Amino acid sequence: MVDREAVYIMSDYELCSSKQKITLSKDDKIFYSVINVMLSLIVIMILYPLIFIISSSFSSPDAVSSGRVFLWPVDFSLEGYKAVLSNKSIIIGYRNTIFYTISGTFINVIVTLIAAYPLARRNLPYKGILMFLFTFTMLFSGGMIPTYILIKDLKMINTPWAMIIPGAISVYNMIIARTFIMNNIPDELLEASQLDGCSDTRFFFKIVLPLSKAVIAVITLYYAVGHWNSYFSAFLYLNNKNLYPLQIILRDILIASQFNPEDIIDPEIMSAKIGLADLLKYSLIIVSSLPIIAFYPFIQKYFIKGVMIGSLKG
Amino acid sequence: MMYTRPKVTTSVTEKAVTPIPRKTVRQQRLKLAVKNWQLYIFLLVPVAYLLIFRYYPMLGVQIAFKKFNAAKGIWGSPWVEFYNFEKFFKSYQFSRVISNTLSLSFYGLLAGFPIPIILGLCLNALRSQRYKKLAQTIIYVPHFISTVVLVGIVLQVFNPLVGVYGVLYSLATNGNIAPDILGKATAFSHMYVWSGVWQNMGWGTIIYVAALSSVENELHEAAQIDGASRFKRVIHIDLPKIFPTATTLLILNAGSIMNVGFEKVYLMQNSLNLRQSEVISTYVYKIGLAAGGGDFSYATAIGLFNSIINFMLLVTVNWISKKISSTSLW
Repeated sequence: MVDREAVYIMSDYELCSSKQKITLSKDDKIFYSVINVMLSLIVIMILYPLIFIISSSFSSPDAVSSGRVFLWPVDFSLEGYKAVLSNKSIIIGYRNTIFYTISGTFINVIVTLIAAYPLARRNLPYKGILMFLFTFTMLFSGGMIPTYILIKDLKMINTPWAMIIPGAISVYNMIIARTFIMNNIPDELLEASQLDGCSDTRFFFKIVLPLSKAVIAVITLYYAVGHWNSYFSAFLYLNNKNLYPLQIILRDILIASQFNPEDIIDPEIMSAKIGLADLLKYSLIIVSSLPIIAFYPFIQKYFIKGVMIGSLKG
Repeated sequence: MMYTRPKVTTSVTEKAVTPIPRKTVRQQRLKLAVKNWQLYIFLLVPVAYLLIFRYYPMLGVQIAFKKFNAAKGIWGSPWVEFYNFEKFFKSYQFSRVISNTLSLSFYGLLAGFPIPIILGLCLNALRSQRYKKLAQTIIYVPHFISTVVLVGIVLQVFNPLVGVYGVLYSLATNGNIAPDILGKATAFSHMYVWSGVWQNMGWGTIIYVAALSSVENELHEAAQIDGASRFKRVIHIDLPKIFPTATTLLILNAGSIMNVGFEKVYLMQNSLNLRQSEVISTYVYKIGLAAGGGDFSYATAIGLFNSIINFMLLVTVNWISKKISSTSLW
């Protein structure tokens, strides 16, 4: 039933890379068109809302509020972006988020690495108990209220500390780092350096850190995206407008539609604010996701690497 | 996510098997620990962090059995035993939040689990590597969108007046205004689950595509010679290859069936869909911390009830997973 020519032994990769024309059997032709159509549909399904939002954000307030945007920007304008950038609380939120992301990620990465390194050592005494101490927190937690009481007792409510300290380490990321160190730094290296009188601290700084660049990149990005997108701890622990991160401002504007006209300083924009409310939402989505969109093509491979290490069987 | 304990035989455990007195083993271990003292200095900060921010709140759950009084604090408040639990079991919200939680997770698992598998198989079968790369790059994007923005996108797209949904509806029905599906209680679970599928189906393929990349080419070649079509090869070669990964993921997902995250549900809630959208975590927040709440003990009791069930589920499914596929979470 299969075309003799198609049977010519070639791997799938060769099949697609060779310039040679290969006749496919009828079954295969149908199969390949079906998966091509299916994948294209899924790609369109994922892409369309994103394109719609980008296009809307570049349209005029009128085109957006009358629902004339479908695929491309209608009456190209930057009104939405002007409104976003002249909104005081958005700017403050942006600044705060940048601060929380940088300082939070910095602490996260340090705490994660100094936990992962000793736990990656094969003959560390009491390692079992220590690992249990870490992994148990993945299974059971005190819950929302006792944690809140603790943060309150520590006088961290309404301080930037509440955004940085309570999530100082993710055990999942620690295990990723630990797995990487265990698999990539050979025991012989440790033995050799110990013979030369290298201390554990020195080994960490001179050998482990330089050899773990890839996994440091992975966890840095995981933590940074987490901070950038985080909304929960600010929602629970902050109620001072000047400390709000971007995501809380986003929630107020995008979801609760609490759009405060007083935040708009420019009187010209003020006059158009009615048609602007919806447009502003689109532009805001773009502005708030900008850092991730901008870096995405370069950092994609690190995220995927993280998934791979995370699923490794130690 | 999956992690199998490495099979490492340290010198200490090896010696523990041979009949050397226990005391010596303990002494040797202590000696090794002293020799490695710097490693424990490294662990000082992380362990202190865990004890304060993860374990201390576990002691705080005792207020579930107390009548919490802010002036007396966690330790000084009077005991009420199981009063708060009984109150929850008897309340009319009990069956509602439990069934909402369970149905959201089951629906999410049912819709969200098979799609990445199918998608991964399709990606792997693509003949054009360039198209495969492009498709992968695009389908991973939604994973990086924050929950707030995702819900914002859903609200905009399904806005009955200005959203794509509203505009298409009025075009199709000669200018009628679309019904507000965001306020419809019965639509909530569909919106919740399918927006989640939209966000995560691409990301979910990574693990399957990776598993598929280790399929030996010889298998495909042999099957080709025997006249197997590409579809047959997907069914008989590719699918069995990812079966263990899929089983493990399914088992582990089943362990968090009672665990519906707070953020997205809370953001998608409104007064009209509350009957279908109140889940345990949002209910805990409302009882405990939201304006008009403030009953810390009652909220903690509900949270603790949920944590215990989650814990038991996870331990059980992990045990099953270990038996079946020798993969374990810890």
